[in-house]
Amino acid sequence: MSEGINAALEFRNVDILFDRGNRRGAIEAALARLDAGETREEIGRALKVTVGVAGANLAVARGEISVLMGLSGSGKSTLLRAANRLNRPIRGEVRIGNGLAWLDIARCDDDTLRTLRKTRIAMVFQQFGLLPWRTVRDNVGFGLELRGMAPSIRRDIVAEKLELVGLANWADAHVHELSGGMQQRVGLARAFATDADILLMDEPFSALDPLIRRKLQDELLDLQKRLKKTILFVSHDIDEALKIGSRITIMREGRIVQTGTPDDIALRPVDDYVAEFIRHMNPLPTIVAAAVMRRFQDLPRRPDGMLDGGRIAIAPDAATATIADRALAIRPHGAWTQGALCVVPAQLSLGEIIALRQRSGLPVLVEVEGRLVGLCDDADILQALCGEARFRAG
Amino acid sequence: MAPEQWIAEHKIPVGAVMAAVVDVVRKHGLGVFDVITDSVGFCADGLTTLLLDLPPLLLVVAAMAGAWFLRRSVGLAALVALGLLFIINQGYWNETMATLSLILFSTVFCMAVGVPLGIACAHRPRLAQALQPLLDLMQTLPTFVYLIPTLILFGLGTVPGMISTIIFAVPAPIRMTQMGIARVPRSLIEAGEAFGATGRQILWKIELPAALPMIQAGLTQCIMLSLSMVVIAALVGAGGLGVPVVRALNTVQVDAGFESGFVIVLLAIMLDRVCRPKDSAS
Ligand SMILES: Nc1ncnc2c1ncn2[C@@H]1O[C@H](COP(=O)(O)OP(=O)(O)OP(=O)(O)O)[C@@H](O)[C@H]1O
Ligand SMILES: [Mg+2]
Repeated sequence: MSEGINAALEFRNVDILFDRGNRRGAIEAALARLDAGETREEIGRALKVTVGVAGANLAVARGEISVLMGLSGSGKSTLLRAANRLNRPIRGEVRIGNGLAWLDIARCDDDTLRTLRKTRIAMVFQQFGLLPWRTVRDNVGFGLELRGMAPSIRRDIVAEKLELVGLANWADAHVHELSGGMQQRVGLARAFATDADILLMDEPFSALDPLIRRKLQDELLDLQKRLKKTILFVSHDIDEALKIGSRITIMREGRIVQTGTPDDIALRPVDDYVAEFIRHMNPLPTIVAAAVMRRFQDLPRRPDGMLDGGRIAIAPDAATATIADRALAIRPHGAWTQGALCVVPAQLSLGEIIALRQRSGLPVLVEVEGRLVGLCDDADILQALCGEARFRAG
Repeated sequence: MAPEQWIAEHKIPVGAVMAAVVDVVRKHGLGVFDVITDSVGFCADGLTTLLLDLPPLLLVVAAMAGAWFLRRSVGLAALVALGLLFIINQGYWNETMATLSLILFSTVFCMAVGVPLGIACAHRPRLAQALQPLLDLMQTLPTFVYLIPTLILFGLGTVPGMISTIIFAVPAPIRMTQMGIARVPRSLIEAGEAFGATGRQILWKIELPAALPMIQAGLTQCIMLSLSMVVIAALVGAGGLGVPVVRALNTVQVDAGFESGFVIVLLAIMLDRVCRPKDSAS
């Protein structure tokens, strides 16, 4: 089965229902009504059955971060937890690929399930889920301990993972001595320790304050570059999703309404529900120079042949630039000095462009592969902030 | 005939049935009860003899060291030492040792039965429901009521005292263990499941450690309840600190009554401070 090679995790027609009334046959009746197209409310009212997830299809490719988004109660956690059968689908398959074949974790026997949980799928929890009576070291080694690994071997692996998350000096501390951010690093280290290739993360950073949250997002991205895990990540924060997701899935009332790259979601929302998420995103880290800039090829020419960029004039070959007939030096981002024009890569964020504009007092130039292609001045930045540029992003 | 007269004349034979049950049990199970009486009595009395054979001062030092080892508190070690010296001073050492060995045996038994039963109750709500009225009964039925059949079945001595003590004390560890396990946060259990723990691993590595403070509170309660039974145990012939209390009662001796009473309270305080869960200590 060659299809197992690309995706590591795949949901196929997954339905997850919760029986609140424990009435016999309620689940079957609910499935029939679901198939007949009744809504979640109708089924919930009539049968005391909550539709957690309905008809979910989603493939998570090897090595990608796939983010689940949606309002509270939309079924994100429920779907995520089906991936290690903390919630068991009533119908459908949850397939784990090993490169050669698929295994349906929704229907496999208990031994196989435990083996998968011990070796293939790890989880990071919103409230950390650490064992408070254990030291950091013993928390990180928990998964290995469950496997029956000898303490001496465990110790080395744990030390390595603690190093990875920057907590090497805290191995003997107790969990309550750590800040929230550090506790979640312990949670990450615990998940990494089993060398599982699939990571389930249910709002792992939501309990942290914004500064620490951003820091941990950066760290996760950094680690992911090296570790190349397959990550399914639940978030209710569009900025977080756009920042870390290589794919984003939007859920509503238990159903998936759109799956796509961040650009797909940002530029081509399928309906108002999805567009509403995008409307509230923070443009500063998300929009990049390429979407803000005016391209040189679109600029009008002045009588003297220079490109007219408002207060700035640029030679057609972009070798020189002048303001009020005074020539300015052009310096790359890393080597910028006061009084020179700064050249930034096209992927630099709007926030950083604004900071540079503020420090230099000058427009910022944009390059692609060493070639200057455009400039961002105040008008461009304001336009981007007003949302005009948003749908040109990417 | 007045209706209440009719009701009174057709008495439901509650007492008679219980008496018949006890009678049947006695007739057909006498061998078993004798074996229990002999073996348990032998062990408990043996422990008492052993404790009494040791030099009291050596035991005081050992208890002090034990208290320090368990709690790392100089104050507590001093309290234990001074308390035991006071008991020697008042001349109740022998009774105290007999009471200690009775408490030790009944507590070990209560914990050995109570903790597993509490775990089972936490995992099976049906069992907990079924057990609930029985546990209520054991704690509310006046002790003297079940003292009578215990006497018939086990005769006078240490064993009937111990059995009454156990009946009274065992609900505490059952309830506390059940509560402790039932209160383990769902998220911790799920963390265990997510990393592939078996049911047994979840019990040993998550539920029991998380419930440990509650179980320890159950242990302390169990000891205190056992201690509160010493006087009743003395009534059926068990030795210990209850004996001087009963004697003082019979001879209306105020001084002896207070002396033995103080010693019981002192013992209770020492045991409580040494055994109570760490968090609520200090
Ligand atoms: N174990 C359960 N038993 C009964 N109902 C449940 C259970 N778990 C989830 N649900 C219900 O399923 C629906 C989806 O819940 P879910 O936790 O997946 O939402 P969510 O998208 O993760 O929301 P949030 O952002 O608040 O975490 C909710 O209506 C919830 O009440
Ligand atoms: Mg959730």
